[in-house]
Amino acid sequence: MTPQITAFCHIKKNQVFLNGKRIFSTGPEVDMREFVKAAFRNTGTKYPKFFKMDDYSKLGFLAAEVLMKEVGESTIEAKSTGIVFSNRHSTLTTDQLFQDSIQSDDAFFPSPSVFVYTLPNIMAGEIAIRHHFTGENAFFVSSAFDPDWHTFYINQLFESKKISACLSGWVEMDDQSLEAFVYFVEKRKNQQNESMQHTVEELNNLYKINDK
Amino acid sequence: MAVRFVSSNIISSLGFSTEENFQNLLHGKAGIQTINDPLLYPAPFLAACIHQAELEERWIETNQKEVASTRLEKMLILSITEALSKTKIDISSSRTAILLSTTKGNIDLLNLIESIDPERLLLWKLGEFIGHYFGNPNPVRVVTNACISGVLAINTAAMMLKGERFDHIIVVGGDLVTRFVVSGFMSFLSLSETPCKPFDRDRDGLSLGEAAGTLILEKTSFPEQGDILFSGGATANDANHISGPSRTAEGSVIAIQNALNESGIAAQDIDHINAHGTATRYNDDMESIAIQRLGLSELPVNSFKGSWGHTLGAAGIIETAALIESMKADTILPTVGFNMPGTTENLIVTKKPLSKPLHTCLKLASGFGGCNAALVLNKK
Repeated sequence: MTPQITAFCHIKKNQVFLNGKRIFSTGPEVDMREFVKAAFRNTGTKYPKFFKMDDYSKLGFLAAEVLMKEVGESTIEAKSTGIVFSNRHSTLTTDQLFQDSIQSDDAFFPSPSVFVYTLPNIMAGEIAIRHHFTGENAFFVSSAFDPDWHTFYINQLFESKKISACLSGWVEMDDQSLEAFVYFVEKRKNQQNESMQHTVEELNNLYKINDK
Repeated sequence: MAVRFVSSNIISSLGFSTEENFQNLLHGKAGIQTINDPLLYPAPFLAACIHQAELEERWIETNQKEVASTRLEKMLILSITEALSKTKIDISSSRTAILLSTTKGNIDLLNLIESIDPERLLLWKLGEFIGHYFGNPNPVRVVTNACISGVLAINTAAMMLKGERFDHIIVVGGDLVTRFVVSGFMSFLSLSETPCKPFDRDRDGLSLGEAAGTLILEKTSFPEQGDILFSGGATANDANHISGPSRTAEGSVIAIQNALNESGIAAQDIDHINAHGTATRYNDDMESIAIQRLGLSELPVNSFKGSWGHTLGAAGIIETAALIESMKADTILPTVGFNMPGTTENLIVTKKPLSKPLHTCLKLASGFGGCNAALVLNKK
């Protein structure tokens, strides 16, 4: 039985989409970092720690927040829910920020609260804390979103019974732009035939669904 | 179908091969030294660095293609080359894949280096460069998950071999001691002022190290007597704190249980644990709690961080490579830096080499972001 995608979320070009429908947007003149904060406020979640995260973690955290409101946390087994993400630039924007603080001996101010975010899996850690997900974790870097790898890796985790559900996707950011495509995949007893299968083809379709 | 470890290499402060490193670990040697290099940090600090002149010498000997490479790339290429030389595996085959484990890769390329493409700062570009160097036709997968990257990469390799596509996976990992990493850990106040003392009562922080390591895994239907097999592996998150481990060791316990479930081995059948053992107060206490919760407190535990320092993305790979040699020799390696017990729960930490039949061993790792990994190895 192939695991099923129960919800998906896109964030790009100052817009948030849930299951293919736009649920929030700002004008293109709004800075992308301000847009992420505005979109988070729009979810109605009060979570002051969000505003202390680096920009990259904010993006993934926002996508997870939108998605988990849709999935409904009471219906899942948080203990065996995994988090598997990938991207292209790892944490390059935050790396650059940290490098600026240590570049010269005259202006040498390394900060632990910046340094900790120079690991991309910190975002997964933030999401795990918020949603109590203690399942499998993995972070991969590739040149582009790779549905082939995501389906292989995650379906194998289901196969070996290490997870009952998984938050997965592509969370990418550089100086110029950001993009998140995050989805929730589950294996449930009462699966419905018409639901979305966690296959390469379906994942490709969903990834591109808001490109038009 | 079984997955076995067929070859390895370790390049570290303690040598350029697994054999050399194993002998140095066995004799309680430590590579941690005072580094006085203002380019790396404004004040002197402790770290275990690779011997630069020997690295360059070996590079010139090996690099027949005369490709301009960064220091990390040289380490990774030399490591794969040496591990491969002990096998008949065809690295250019489509049935062979390379998996790269690193936390910061070529982070020193944030400052341009002449004749090096600055894009190799990107981890997938670094992976691609390594793949091209060896003429491997498959995409090089990059695992970057803080300090569990190495163990996670081994688990991932075993998973890939369970699929249809590959016969061999070359897991390579590496990280450097850079200004970036030293300044970061300094700012966290997590570096010890003396060479680190894993699990010791007086431990006060970690020591950094740099290394590259390779493990070659092979799918086989006919494992032979004495083969070291991948038996099970898992990861889990504490869901508790992004820069400190859980006080209940929740994630580590789940990871160990899931790894044991996959291996079908009971906790009481484990002979020895090679811990993460960074020598920070919190990490070592956390591991002692995990080991106690699983009823494994009577087992000999060790850590190699006092010998190599914490080598980040390489750690899980080189420590597993040493553990494999340890199993072959039925000898538990000493924990350099450990003297007096002093963890929340009691542990039996090996100070000196210890002879014991080693059939089943457990490797642990934990890292920032609340991540934990466990790996079970089994001798046929």
